[in-house]
Amino acid sequence: MILESLLVSAPEWAIRHASVLIPVVPLIMAPMLTLSPSRRLAWILSIAATAASFYFSLLALAIVQTEPGGVIEYWIGNWTAIGIEFRIDALNAMVLLIVSGMGFLAAVFAWPTLVAEIAKEKIALFLSAFLLCFAGLCGVAATGDAFNLFVFLEISSLATYLLVAMGASRDRRALPAAFDYLIMGTLGASFYIIGVGFLYAATGTLNMAELAAQLPALSGNRAVQVGFAFIIVGLGIKAAMWPLHQWLPNAYAFSPSFVTMFLAATATKVALYALIRWLFTIFQPDIGFEQAIFTWVLAPLAIAAMVICSFQAVFQTDVRRMLAYSSVAQVGYIILGISIGTAAGVSAGLLHLFNHALMKGALFMAVAGICLNYKGTTIRDFAGLGRSAPFTMSALAIAGLSLIGVPLTAGFMSKLQLGYALFDHGWWWAVLLVVFSSFLAVFYVGRLLQTIFFEAPVNPRKNRKEAPLLLLVPLWVLALANIFFGIDASFPVGLANDGAVAALGMEAFQ
Amino acid sequence: MTPDMLIAAALILPLVIAAGIAAAGKVPNLREGITLVGAVGLFAIVVQLTLLVASGQRPELYIGEAIPGLAFAFKLEPLGALFAFVASGLWIVNSFYSIGYMRGNRERNQTRFYICFAIALCGAMGVAMAGNLFTLFIFYEVLTLSTYPLVAHKGDAAAQRGARIYLLTLLGTSIGFLLTAIMWTWVLAGQNLDFVEGGLLANANLSPIVASSLLLLFVFGVGKAALMPFHFWLPNAMVAPTPVSALLHAVAVVKAGVFAVMKIALYIFGDELLQATPSREFIMVVACITIVLASLIAMTKDNLKARLAYSTIAQLAYVTLGAMLADRAGMLGGSLQIAAHAVAKITLFMCAGAIYVATGLTNISDMKGLGRKMPLVFIAFFVAALSIVGIPPLAGDWPKYELMQGAIDGGYDWVPAVLIISSILNIAYLLPIPILALMPPPGSKPPKEFKRPGGAPWLTVAAPLFTAALCFVLFFTVDTLGDFLAPALATVDIDPEVNIP
Repeated sequence: MILESLLVSAPEWAIRHASVLIPVVPLIMAPMLTLSPSRRLAWILSIAATAASFYFSLLALAIVQTEPGGVIEYWIGNWTAIGIEFRIDALNAMVLLIVSGMGFLAAVFAWPTLVAEIAKEKIALFLSAFLLCFAGLCGVAATGDAFNLFVFLEISSLATYLLVAMGASRDRRALPAAFDYLIMGTLGASFYIIGVGFLYAATGTLNMAELAAQLPALSGNRAVQVGFAFIIVGLGIKAAMWPLHQWLPNAYAFSPSFVTMFLAATATKVALYALIRWLFTIFQPDIGFEQAIFTWVLAPLAIAAMVICSFQAVFQTDVRRMLAYSSVAQVGYIILGISIGTAAGVSAGLLHLFNHALMKGALFMAVAGICLNYKGTTIRDFAGLGRSAPFTMSALAIAGLSLIGVPLTAGFMSKLQLGYALFDHGWWWAVLLVVFSSFLAVFYVGRLLQTIFFEAPVNPRKNRKEAPLLLLVPLWVLALANIFFGIDASFPVGLANDGAVAALGMEAFQ
Repeated sequence: MTPDMLIAAALILPLVIAAGIAAAGKVPNLREGITLVGAVGLFAIVVQLTLLVASGQRPELYIGEAIPGLAFAFKLEPLGALFAFVASGLWIVNSFYSIGYMRGNRERNQTRFYICFAIALCGAMGVAMAGNLFTLFIFYEVLTLSTYPLVAHKGDAAAQRGARIYLLTLLGTSIGFLLTAIMWTWVLAGQNLDFVEGGLLANANLSPIVASSLLLLFVFGVGKAALMPFHFWLPNAMVAPTPVSALLHAVAVVKAGVFAVMKIALYIFGDELLQATPSREFIMVVACITIVLASLIAMTKDNLKARLAYSTIAQLAYVTLGAMLADRAGMLGGSLQIAAHAVAKITLFMCAGAIYVATGLTNISDMKGLGRKMPLVFIAFFVAALSIVGIPPLAGDWPKYELMQGAIDGGYDWVPAVLIISSILNIAYLLPIPILALMPPPGSKPPKEFKRPGGAPWLTVAAPLFTAALCFVLFFTVDTLGDFLAPALATVDIDPEVNIP
C-alpha cells in the first residue's frame, strides 16, 4: 500500500534511475563532505544522502514488486550487453532496503557518538568515509556485474578499515584490529577477484545474468570449479563465515561505537547477499558439485559457528565482544538456512538476515548510548544501569530477547521459519543444534540482562545517565520493529519469500 | 457481548488492570481496589464464556496470521473453560489473600507485584483459550516471563538464584523441546497447528518411532507440568511470596502445564494415535515414578512450602498420567484433578502463608501446638490435606477414582497400586502437620508468641477457609462438571481394546 503510493508520487526520472541512484548519491556526496565548512552540516548532509538512498531503495522495491517480471535491468550509459549492468530483483531489493534503512538510522544516531569519540577536525572526514562505505555496500547489493561487485566491495572495505582504525583515540587496540581486518579483507577480496578471473577465462563474460546462462553447460570445467571455490572462500571471509571470522570480534570491539553499530547491521549482510547470489543465481544448486558443498561444507561450518561462537560469547567479559561473537553465531544461522538449499531454507536465511540487522543494530546502539557518558563496556560496568537508564536498557532488553528468540519478537519468527525449513528437509538433528545454540544465547543475554536489572552498581559515583534523545529515537524505532515483526511478520516474510523465489527461480516453490 | 468479544475482553482485561495498577501505584487502596474489581470482572467474563460452552457453543476469536499458516486464534472448549474458570475464580480469592499477606508482611515493590500478577493471568487466559499450538506456546511463554519477577520478588541472593533456575528450566525445556515439537508438528500436519477434535495428527500416518519421539518432546517440553526430571524449578520457585506460590505455582502456572499436556493428548494426537504410540507407556511409568518419588522427597522436607511443592509435583503427575492413559475415564480423571487439586493446594499454600505472616515460622517442626492459637487456619489445612489424600466427601476423591477406573479399563493393573501408595504417602506427609498442631503431644513446648501483633490478618484466614469449603462443594457438583467436560471427551474410546491381554 505505502509502496504503491510511493511509486505513484515519484517523479519519472527517479523511477527510471532508482537502481543506480542508490549507491551514486552517497558516492557523490562523500567527497563533498570533506569541503563542508562545518561539522554539523557534514552530518546533516550525510543524513540527507543516506535518506535519499533509502528512498530510492523503497522505490526500487516498489518497482520490483509491481513490475510483471520483477526485475529492474539498468545498463549504465545505455551500453547494453557490453557495459555494466545494475540488476535489481526481489532478493537484492530486500538487501538494499536493509542496508539503506540501517544506514539512515545509523547516520541519524551518529552525532552524539561522533562528538564523544572522534577528534573535532576529523568528523567531516570520518563521515565522508562512512558515506563511501555505505555507497560501496549499496553498490555491491545493486550491481549485476561480477567485477563491478569487486570494485564496490573494495570501496566499502577500504573505507571500513579506516573507520575501524578511528577507534584508536578511545582504545589503541583499534589499530591492530584494523590491520588484521585489512589483511583478512584484502585476502578475501583477492580470492574473490581470482575466482572471477577464472570464470571470465571460462566464459568470457562478467555479467551475472550472462554467467548464469553459460555456467550450467560448463559444470564439469575445472576452471569453473576452482573459480567457484575461490569466490565462496573470498565472500566467506567478508561474511565472517566460521572459521574465517577471526577479524570480526576485534573489529567490532575496538572501532568507534557508531561504526560497530553500522557494520554489525550491514556489512556481513551484504557479503551474505553476494554469497546467496553466487550460490543460487549464478551457479545453480542442481549443478552436480554444489549440493555436496551445501551438505558437507556449508552446513557443518554454519553449525560450528552457531555452537562454538555462542559458547565463546558466553565467556566474554566485554559486552561488545560478546555481541560480536554472537554475530558470528547468527551468521551461522543464516548460512545454515542457505545450506538447506530449498526455497524455505533460503527464505528462512533471508528472514534472519533482516531480523538480525534489526536486533544487532538495536543492541549496539544501546551499548553506544551507554559508552557516551560512561566509558566502560565490560559486563560489570553495566551493573545497575536498569535503574539509571531505564529507556536505553529496556530497548536493549527487547533486542536481547529477540536475539534469544523469545516469542513475540522478530527473532522467534526467523528461528521458527528456520526450524520449519530444517524439518521439511529432514535435518531434524540440525534443529536440535539450533535449539541448543538458542539456549546458549539465553545464557549470555540473560547474564547481561540480570547484571543490568538486578545487580547493584559497582561504582555508583560514575556518570551514568540515559542516552541522548537523538540516540533514543532510532534505538526505539529498532526495538519496536523487533516487537512488531514478531507479531505480524507478514512484511519481512513476504520479502524473504520473494527474495528466495528470485534467487532460486519460481519452480523451486512447486 | 458476542462470544469473540468476550474472549478478547478476557485477554485484554488483565492488561488493562495491569495498566491501572501501574497508574495507581502511589495510592495502595485504589491500587488494590483495581485488582479486586478487575478480578471480579474477569471472572464474570469467564463465567459467561463457560455458560456459552456449556450450552454447546465454541466461542472463537481469530486475530490474524503472524506468518502464513501461523495464526493468533482462540477457541474455547470445555477443558479450557474449566481451566480459565478455576484460574480466574481463584484469582479473586487470592487477591483478597494477597492484600492481607503483602500488607501484613510489609513487602516492598507491591505495585510491581500486582502488575506482574495481572499479566500472568493474561498468560493463563491465553493458554486456556488458545485455538492452536502456536497461540498456546506464545501465552505459555508470557506466563513464564511475567512470573519471573514474582519469583525474584525478594531480590536477595536466594531469590535471584531460585528465579534464575525457574527461568532457565522453563525457557530451556519450552524452547528446547516444546518448540521443536511444534515445528515438527507443523511439518507433519502440513503447515497446520490447530487443535482438532479427534487429533490433528490422527490421519498423518506417523510411524511409531516418529510419534514416540514427538510425544516425548511434547511431554518433557511442557516443563510447567513438572514431570521428573524437569521438576526442580518448582521447589526453587518457592522463594516467591506465598500468594504467588498459592495461585501461580499451585494453580495457574502448573495447571497451564498439565492443561497443555492434556490438550496435546486430546487435540494434537487424539486418543487413537496416542494408544498406538509406544512411548506413552514409558511416560506413564515416569509419571508414576514422579508420583512416588516426589511424595517420598516431600516427607524429608521440614520447610512447609518445600513439602507442599513436592506434593504439587506428585499431584501434577496424576494429570499427565490421566492424559497418557488415553481412555475416557483416565482423561476425565486427569481433567477433574486440574480443578480438584487447585482448590485443595491453594488452601494449603494460603494456610502456610497465614502461618508465616503471623509467626514468621516456615519449618513444620516448629508448628507443634500452633493450632491452639490459630485453629481456623489448621482446620482449613486439615480439610485440604484430606482432599489431597482423596477421602470422600472431598473433591480429591473423584480424580483418583476415575484414574483407577481408566487404568483398569486400559489394562494397567499396577497403576491403581501406585495411586493407593500415593494416598498412603499423602497421609504420612500431610496429615501429621495439622494433627500435631491441633493436638500437640503432651509435654511439648508451647508455641512462641505471634510475631505480628494480633496474629494473621483476617483476610489471610478467611481466604483458605473459603477454598477449603470449595473442596466439599466440588465433591457434590462433580456430576455437573462431568457433564460439562463430556463433549471434550466424546470422541475418546471408553474401553480401548488395545493393551488388554
